Formats: sequence, C-alpha cells, structure tokens
Amino acid sequence: MIEMTGIGKSYGPIRALRDIDLRVNAGEVTCVLGDNGAGKSTLIKIMSGLHPHTSGTMRVDGRETVFTSPRQALDLGIATVYQDLAVVPLMEVWRNFFLGSELTGGRFPLAGLRIRDMRRIADEELRKMGITVADIDQPIGTLSGGQRQCVAIARAVYFGARVLILDEPTAALGVRQSGVVLRYVAAARDQGIGVVFITHNPHHAYLVGDHFVVLKLGAMVLDARRGSVSLDRLTAEMAGGAELTELAEELRRPA
Amino acid sequence: MRPEVGALVAAAVIFVFFLAVAPAFRSADAFVTVLYQSSTIGIVAVAVGMLMIGGEFDLSAGVIVTSAGLVNSMFCWYFGINLWVGAILSLLFCLAVGFLNGYLVMRTGIPSFLITLGTFFVLQGANLGVTKLVTGSVSSTDVSRIDGFGSLGAIFASSFAIGPVVVWGTVVWWILFVAVATWILRRTRGGNWIYAVGGAADSARAVGVPVVRTKIGLFLAVSFLGWFVGMHNLYRFNTLQAGGGVGNEFLYIIAAVVGGTLLTGGFGNALGVAIGAFIFGMTSLGIVYAGWDPNWFRAFLGVMLLLAVLVNLYVRRLATREARA
Repeated sequence: MIEMTGIGKSYGPIRALRDIDLRVNAGEVTCVLGDNGAGKSTLIKIMSGLHPHTSGTMRVDGRETVFTSPRQALDLGIATVYQDLAVVPLMEVWRNFFLGSELTGGRFPLAGLRIRDMRRIADEELRKMGITVADIDQPIGTLSGGQRQCVAIARAVYFGARVLILDEPTAALGVRQSGVVLRYVAAARDQGIGVVFITHNPHHAYLVGDHFVVLKLGAMVLDARRGSVSLDRLTAEMAGGAELTELAEELRRPA
Repeated sequence: MRPEVGALVAAAVIFVFFLAVAPAFRSADAFVTVLYQSSTIGIVAVAVGMLMIGGEFDLSAGVIVTSAGLVNSMFCWYFGINLWVGAILSLLFCLAVGFLNGYLVMRTGIPSFLITLGTFFVLQGANLGVTKLVTGSVSSTDVSRIDGFGSLGAIFASSFAIGPVVVWGTVVWWILFVAVATWILRRTRGGNWIYAVGGAADSARAVGVPVVRTKIGLFLAVSFLGWFVGMHNLYRFNTLQAGGGVGNEFLYIIAAVVGGTLLTGGFGNALGVAIGAFIFGMTSLGIVYAGWDPNWFRAFLGVMLLLAVLVNLYVRRLATREARA
C-alpha cells in the first residue's frame, strides 16, 4: 500500500534520514526498530504527513505522493496513533472514541448527538477487537494504559484507516498491558490493515512482525522478512550489533 | 461521580441552616429574592463555567457587564437615538471584547488569566474615564425617557406575579440559559469539543477538533451573557455606577468551582454552576436576613471555595485513577 524507495529527509544541512526502502502491505505488520535518534520519528512524520520527504519516492497505492499535511494522509486512510496524543482522560470512553468525528442528528450547530448509536458502536468496535470495558460511560482515564492505547487504535480502524502507524505503543507499558496492545495489533493485521509498528523493543516486534527494518543514525542497517531473521539477530542489531561485540571485548571481565 | 453532587449537598445544608437561624428566610418572598440574587450572578456564571470547562479564565467578565450598560446608555443619551440601536451596538462591543480576549489567548499562547486581567483593567478604567467625559460624573444618566425603554425593559427587566410573590424575569432567563448550556455541553458536538479542549487540548487537536474556534466561541459566550446582565441592570435601575461590576468576576468563578467545575478544565456541568450561584444567592441574603454583619459574607464564600477545591481535587483523583489491566 505504501512503497518507499530511497527516501531521505534533510533538515537544512542535517540529514535525518537517508536511503530508506520500506513497503507496507495490507494484512502485514512492518516493524521499524531503532534506538533513540535513529530516525524512527522522522520516518513516521513523512508517512503521516507532518513533514514532506526531501529525496526518494513514496508511492501510495502505486501513485507517487508527497504529503504536505496530516489531513492528506488521513484522507488516504493512513492514520497515526501517537503515544501521548491519544485520549482525553476525563471524558467517557465513547466520547473519546468519537471525538472529532461525532455522529449528530443534523447539520445545524446545536444538533443533538446520536448518543445511543455512538455508545453502541464504540462498544461493538471494542468488543470486536477483544477489549471489554466494564462501562462504556466511564472516564477513559480509569482504563489502563494499554486499554487506552487500544481504544485509540480501534478508533483509527473504525474511521477507515487502511494503514495504521503506531508510535511506540508499548513503550510506557508493563508486560501485561503490552500484551493487550500486541494482541490488538495482531487483530488489526488480521482485518487486513497494514500496520507500521514503531518500537525499540525487539521482543515485542518479533511477536507480531512480518517484516523488520532496523534504523541506525538515519540509515537502514537491517531489512529482513520474518523467516530470514532470528530474534537473537534482531536483538543484537538493536542493541548495537558489531559495536556491541566490540564493547563486550573491551569491557570483558574475568568470570 | 457527577460534578454537582458536592454543591447539591452544600446547598441543602446551607438552606436548612438559614431556615433554622433566620426567621425572615422562611417565606416565599425571601425565596424568590434569593432566586433573583442568584440569577444576576448565575447567568454570567453559566458562560464562565463553560469557559472554565474549556480550560480558560475570563477576569473581565465582571466589568464587561457594566461596560455593556454604559455603552448603551451613554451612546443613546449623547446622540439622542433609540435605545435599541445602543443595545445592539453594545452587544457588538461586548462580542468584540470577547473575541479579542479569545483571539489574543489563542494567538499568543499567553495564559487567559493574564490577557483577561489586562482587558479587565482597560475596561474598568475606560468605564470610569469615558463616563466622566460624557456625563461629567461617575454615573450614567437616566435613560427611562429615551425611546425604546419600554420594549427593552420588557425583555430584560420585567417581573411577573405568581400568587402573592413577584418574580423577576431574570430568574426565568437564568433557568433557560442553564438548560441551553446543559444541552450544548452534554448533547452537542460543540459540547464534546469544549470538554476535550479543556481536558487535553493537544489530543483534541490531533483528532481534528477545532481548538481555536471552540475556545474563542467560549469567550464570546461569556461576553454575550455579560451583555445580557448589563442590559438587565440598565433597564432595571435606569442609571449605572461606572465603577460597578468589579469583583463579580470572582463570584462567577467561585460559583463555577463550588459547582464542581475543575479549575484546570475538562470537568464540570451547567447545573453545578447554577447550584453554585444559588449558594451565593442564599448566603448573601441569608446573612442579612439573620441580622448579621454582611461583611462576613465574603469570608463565608472564601471558606466555600476552599472546601469546593478540596472536593474537586478528590473527585479528579477518583475519576482518573487507573484501573488495573
């Protein structure tokens, strides 16, 4: 659905990203791994329309595209769920679900909300993905971090996302809560959505990923499909690869 | 947990308290007087409460009430024009001030507390300065013999009798505005946006909520209802003291906070704010009916405010406590 060839991004004289080749296919999870400053967020920003790329080509559905606004990306069904910009904690789950895209009974400004419909749909959509909230009316702040992330993802899916970009969805979560989110990522994939999963945790990536890209200092250092790479290799690449081996030599201590 | 629960309990306690200690409080007459007193604060407080739910303050809300009346009365008196022209002019003036407040807050990112503190002082000074220039004194001239006084008075300052008691129309307007605000907040898209921009403006923007438009709209609502009460004051009393209205901005904020509105935004409702205004009305008159020194009134309001803030803090903790996954 998205095909990037030789994508690069410079901020003035600084090259944040160079020569990235990446494909996002429907029904697959593409994991983008990398340490802090590796260029992960720059890559997301290009795909979600926050910043245009400065070299290379990006094709969406085969057509060459340069995004100049997030709206353009959204209109093509590319939705991004940011780690912090997910929800309004004091508002009910269903209000959060429909925030910004509310269903109303008419077009005039004081038209009533279709509250019953929205509650039913929000509940159904969450259940479909295996999230059951005790009460769809509870403030979303009372849900766990993982569940909140899931609601944000479910919302993007419901509003027509074909490509879902998840920015470090498990970074702030414990093991159990990460499990909730990862299960949900798998569910979205099974629905035929192309998922881009940004993380610095190779274990999480390996659980759901079909394709792995490791970034380092703005360049790709690994590009492999699931069958051709092991978790150990992935972990090693993430941890620093050859550099780490050298470091291990240097810091070697007697057993 | 509903935001107005704490206020409702407090209102009941205060009501029973004054029934017990102030014999003059125990009449239908006293009750409608309390309602009238509450409505004069409550009408503007509805909008101030909505603005606070949207995460902003308006300290100019007290003096703009006086500005509204002064613009209307002095313009029409000076040029000898029908009062309707002045009323509409005054409305435009108030909306312009509200827009300016909102626009500056959104454009500069400076806290609304500071921006509206500025407009508060500008209006306060201008109220006195312009009135002195036009009339030579610090009160506006009597408008009761200018054309349009009758019809405007019927809208803004009429009263009607229910049995033996006379009720001011502002009480009905107040109830109406509370009802409309409740509808907007709970049942419309705009209401959803108000809670969202107050609760987490960045998240709201990220899902496509027009944050700037929503907040400017709230400032406009405050100045509109400020204008409304300004019209009431003018057509009820015929003349206005140019220094009036100062300090009322805090009464609106107290009514909102006592009614369960969070100072930090994102939580509260219109009914709670109305109960907050009712508590204000009961105590301001109850103290008089009980024969005490009215100076204690502000001390009492201060205590109410502190209690309300503590309750709000507790509610917020309760509402955002994370459940276990």
